[in-house]
Amino acid sequence: MGIGPADFVQARRRLEAKPQKVGEKLTSLEEAASLVRDGDHVAIGGCFFSRTPLALLREVLRRGPKGLTLSRNLTCFEGEWFMTAGASDTVVTSWIGIGHPWGLSRPVRELVEGGRVRVEEWSHLGLGLRFRAGAMGVPFLPTLTMLGSDLMGVGGAKTMTCPFTGQTLCLVPALFPDVAVLHVHRADPTGNCQIDGYPHMDADIARAATRVVVTAEQIVPEAEMLRQADRTVIPGFVVDAVVEAPWGAFPHECYGLYEADFDFFDAYVAAIGATGTGVVRDYLDRYVYGPRTFAEYLALFGEERLDRQARRARELVG
Amino acid sequence: MSCSPAELLAVLAARELRGVTTVFAGVGLPLLAAVVAQKTHTPSLTIVVEGGSIGLEMVPGKLPNSTNEMRIAHRARMLPGITDTFLFAQRGFLDVGFVGGAQIDRHGNLNSSVVGPYERPAVRLPGSGGANDILSLCRRVMAMTVHERRRFVPRVDFVTSPGYLHGGDARQRAGLIFGQLSRVVTNLCILGFDETTRAMRLEALHPGVTVDDVVQNTGFELVIPERLGATEPPRDEELEVLRSLDPERRLL
Repeated sequence: MGIGPADFVQARRRLEAKPQKVGEKLTSLEEAASLVRDGDHVAIGGCFFSRTPLALLREVLRRGPKGLTLSRNLTCFEGEWFMTAGASDTVVTSWIGIGHPWGLSRPVRELVEGGRVRVEEWSHLGLGLRFRAGAMGVPFLPTLTMLGSDLMGVGGAKTMTCPFTGQTLCLVPALFPDVAVLHVHRADPTGNCQIDGYPHMDADIARAATRVVVTAEQIVPEAEMLRQADRTVIPGFVVDAVVEAPWGAFPHECYGLYEADFDFFDAYVAAIGATGTGVVRDYLDRYVYGPRTFAEYLALFGEERLDRQARRARELVG
Repeated sequence: MSCSPAELLAVLAARELRGVTTVFAGVGLPLLAAVVAQKTHTPSLTIVVEGGSIGLEMVPGKLPNSTNEMRIAHRARMLPGITDTFLFAQRGFLDVGFVGGAQIDRHGNLNSSVVGPYERPAVRLPGSGGANDILSLCRRVMAMTVHERRRFVPRVDFVTSPGYLHGGDARQRAGLIFGQLSRVVTNLCILGFDETTRAMRLEALHPGVTVDDVVQNTGFELVIPERLGATEPPRDEELEVLRSLDPERRLL
């Protein structure tokens, strides 16, 4: 089981006890996914439908994991896929759904209202500061958010009187995930990582976790990373496994490379609307359990669609 | 020019941004309102969205579906991490924020988490996202909502985002010493809060709306002053700019 919130001593001991991996960490999606173990607290990088490590999450789901706690600042349909698959019954998040244009998520509603899944809700900043406290190796951080709201009673935030000013502060406990799964733009074989565009919370999540698994759009030689060392946001010594996975967030977006495929979102929500939440299992069969490799998975979308989404990305931020 | 309720809300929200330096805007009508403000009266307005985009420009017709995608990073001046984006608000840099919710109560508390008890809700809603942070940390916050009796409830089932809590000085006593909910803009009227009790107060009626319309659509007793303002209807220029942003009228 995972480390209790705010147990910074145990979190540090675990990190110190972990076998240090030096040199190249390049591996396969299958090997990388085996670093996610039953009962783990799994923190997912990116945000909502941006830089979601879907290639890796797909491989994790194919292993049939049990008892995972997921944490993610904004949770998209990957959350309901884990819940529907029976892999996770607790999600720590500030927001869960598909996105504003698609209304409330019926799968989330059924699972949570039926008592099969618990959502532990934090404010967006509250959860961000939990990861940051973990990244800093301290048990909590003070903040001025969440005070007075009912969110204080959900996940274990506390208040204190500031010893310097006498003001009331909210304290959020550090979050130390067992494992972080991230998707980045480029990494070198030793695990140094660079991200283009939105950094989201990935750097904090990586530092807070005991184990870190990264997929990258591109693996580049160390010499290339050195030329732009100021762009590196996660150093190799934080990372345990690196996998090259082009299109590794698709049909979610990867900044500058491909836009989220909203046609997929429309079709998914329309299918649930037409035939009920049972269709989520059909999606799991078609996109997760069916294709044996990520290449087979991408082939379900087809090159034309991938090209189109790449073109749209260039139009937006190229 | 006649307009839809969504258009009215967006135009009124845009007017609140006159002379403002920074606005913390979510996707949907708040973003459109901010762009209308830029294009009609406050070109220097910096738009900030919680996914980590500062000073973005919107591509007409390319409505973003979230606060952290490429559509909302177009020509952005800075793309900070999400935690750091909110910390600009905690430090006090962000002037105006916008929030919404499924329920709002007489003290301006908003619920976007659950209808019914938290652990076994009748309806699980998406959650706070940044709404709680915006209402806790921005200097001045406006709520935008459709005016319906089922939304305007005496007390929200769950306080996701704090208005004035139980009223009076409860907000300050909880430690929320900065910021305030200044306005609630609906499709019927503009509401504010009594300075002492922090109970919701009717301030101005939109064209063609009566006090009785507002009362009938509100599930608690409003403070109704003797003198009420009248909303100036949206001008053609405001509506033209607004409609140019959403030509397919997905939101409007």
